[in-house]
Amino acid sequence: MAKVFIYPATSLILSDLVARYGHTPLSSAIAIRERVQTAGIESAPLQITPEEPKKGLKWAAVEVPSGVRGRMSLYGPMIEECEAAIVINDADLAFGCMGCARTNELIKFLVREKGVPRLDLDYPKSEEEGVQFVAAIKRFLDGLGGGR
Amino acid sequence: MTDYVPMRPGTVTRYVVVESLTITPSELAIRAYEISQGVMIKETCFGLAINGEEQAVDSLIAKLRTMEPDHIFVKDRGFLPGDPRRCRANHGGARPGFHGIEFETAVLPYISHGLTEIRSRPYSDIPLPESPPETKKLDVYKLKKIIEAQEP
Repeated sequence: MAKVFIYPATSLILSDLVARYGHTPLSSAIAIRERVQTAGIESAPLQITPEEPKKGLKWAAVEVPSGVRGRMSLYGPMIEECEAAIVINDADLAFGCMGCARTNELIKFLVREKGVPRLDLDYPKSEEEGVQFVAAIKRFLDGLGGGR
Repeated sequence: MTDYVPMRPGTVTRYVVVESLTITPSELAIRAYEISQGVMIKETCFGLAINGEEQAVDSLIAKLRTMEPDHIFVKDRGFLPGDPRRCRANHGGARPGFHGIEFETAVLPYISHGLTEIRSRPYSDIPLPESPPETKKLDVYKLKKIIEAQEP
């Protein structure tokens, strides 16, 4: 069972397919749950405290906005932990009310730099592309070994 | 500064999203209530949010999945169902994460079709999707236009 980093980290489709084929998806919900379920100082809504941008310094320089560093404190440990990654490149949902384009670029860069097996995809736009999408993910995950 | 005491620590929350022509979220919720053992279930417009001990939640989801394996999708959630920091009842308008689910729900029929197909034909026969380009190169004519636009 391999730990697979998924991008977008909130993706329902990737999270489901990775778990369905017997591996562990590393998604943002896990990092948020860890914070929401840890006692400490109240810092609503996500329990992101001023400590997080400091932790983010491991992945982004001090002149980088604190929003990027704070986000990297969630995603950085998961990228370090992952043994493989699946990236959807045309994921517009990763940028918006909760997303950050610069963080997304940094995440993709770090995943590439890490050199773990990586599958790059686009969202399917037809049924046939859907078949190819699922087949590509299954083939990739089977290649990692330890799945089902 | 206020101390923060988490609610229901050590539990997990998972979303069950149903994208089906034959099962509605309320039918899924009724079935979940019938077979659940000590988990918290909340019905939503797209499926369920289930909270409880990891083993109990996973076992319930596995049973629910047998209803329509290719049309029921699951993902983790960080917050409890109805958490006042996230629940739209306390904020008005959709919570931020809903937009992601809304977008992906439009793609789910293709994924469901893929899951059904892959069961009947070996994936080695299926061609790989076209790999997206790593970076889009700037078109030289566009670059020229930008340079010219900056001239006085």
